[in-house]
Amino acid sequence: MATFYLFRTLRHNPKPYRSLAWQLALLCAAFPLAAQTPSSTPPAPSAPVLPVPSVARFVVVLDAAHGGDDTGGKLNDNQDEKAVDLAFAVRLRSLLAARGIQVITIREEDRTLSPADRAGIANRANAQACISLHAAESGYGVHIFTSSLPPSQSSARFTAWKTAQSASVTRSLTLAGVLNSALTQAGINVTLSRTTLPGIDSMTCPAVAIELAPERDSSHKIVSEPDSADYQSRIAQTIAAALLQWKTTEGKTEASQP
Amino acid sequence: MPRYQTILLAVLVLASVGMGAALWHMRERAHQQMLQGQDAAPTQAPAVAADAQATLVVAYDDDNSLREQAHSLPLPAEDGARARAILDKLLEIYAEPDAAHPVAGGTGAVKQVFLLPDPGSGSESGSQLAVVNLAGTFVASHPSGLETETLTVLSICRTIHANLPRVAEVRFLVDGEPRPSLAGHADLTRTYLVSDAIQTTNDVQN
Repeated sequence: MATFYLFRTLRHNPKPYRSLAWQLALLCAAFPLAAQTPSSTPPAPSAPVLPVPSVARFVVVLDAAHGGDDTGGKLNDNQDEKAVDLAFAVRLRSLLAARGIQVITIREEDRTLSPADRAGIANRANAQACISLHAAESGYGVHIFTSSLPPSQSSARFTAWKTAQSASVTRSLTLAGVLNSALTQAGINVTLSRTTLPGIDSMTCPAVAIELAPERDSSHKIVSEPDSADYQSRIAQTIAAALLQWKTTEGKTEASQP
Repeated sequence: MPRYQTILLAVLVLASVGMGAALWHMRERAHQQMLQGQDAAPTQAPAVAADAQATLVVAYDDDNSLREQAHSLPLPAEDGARARAILDKLLEIYAEPDAAHPVAGGTGAVKQVFLLPDPGSGSESGSQLAVVNLAGTFVASHPSGLETETLTVLSICRTIHANLPRVAEVRFLVDGEPRPSLAGHADLTRTYLVSDAIQTTNDVQN
């Protein structure tokens, strides 16, 4: 149609070149508009479009505590806690990856990281579970800690860095409950507690700190040390199974949200 | 310069450096002896004070609990010294060989307890902030671990509040200086609210 209009202009205008530039400019401008104009042909009937279920992204952040200059506590044989934490994190990462869970590790080598660095990495990951791994020579079994911050229901866009965890404390307590159930069912002595940890307190994900303490018998004699590969594997497998259950729980929670 | 003069000069220089080093060493040793003398100064509550009932909130590692125990001990009249004497008794229990929450240190672990008007509340409320100055030797010998450090901090906070109910907040210093953590885990830079410490304990025990 536009071509026909151009030919007609050329035939009726003896000096067409001045207006030809205008005509071409109009033609170029009209072409994209024509491309966007809906076709006059009615659309073919199609099946009703169902919302495509988005593949739930489930990410776990593993934080091997201490590292570098910060050696942590001393375990048996004068071993540094930082090395045991890292070994435990590597073991747990492998088990989670084998179960198809995406894992982000905050520390994979012996380097110094501040609590703010750790929280920053965890917050950028937008994870569904953040787990800080520790080891100790005192106590029994596994100690699970959540932040002692009071829960807040604030929907503010910005939250204070030092108390960012308060918005997720309720979910953190639920996560701690899931881990507690799994470990207790596996016959491991578990204690639940709340504490103040600068790294955890600044995380916006459901966050827990897991401290691996010696396994003891009824007479308080040590059966397994925290650096025992067998003991670590047993605990890591139970935690991995619990996180799979947590994945289901989180998926249901997200599905129920509008 | 003749060879004998060079040798003499070298000997004199060496002797000067040696004497300087010896003097420095003697000075350091005298300083250490003076500090040890201060540490050995009596820190117990005076025995002439009348015995009074004190409530200690004692930590137990096996079930991660805090339990109240009544003790009768000689307590000074002044609140700060009273708090220090009570905390000394608490940490003595932890230093016993078969303690349920073993922490070395014991007597002299608490250098001072300062009681200040709580800056966070109005003056009419009368609530107080307790600043606990721990000895560096006690902190250095504290076992490292989330559970053990948290229990020590909570038991100190709750013991102070059980005996001095006006204390609403507790802060910690180590040898008069702020310190990031007790033994790598429990945060000592923050102010602990006693109400939070009680709530935390209740959360754990329920």
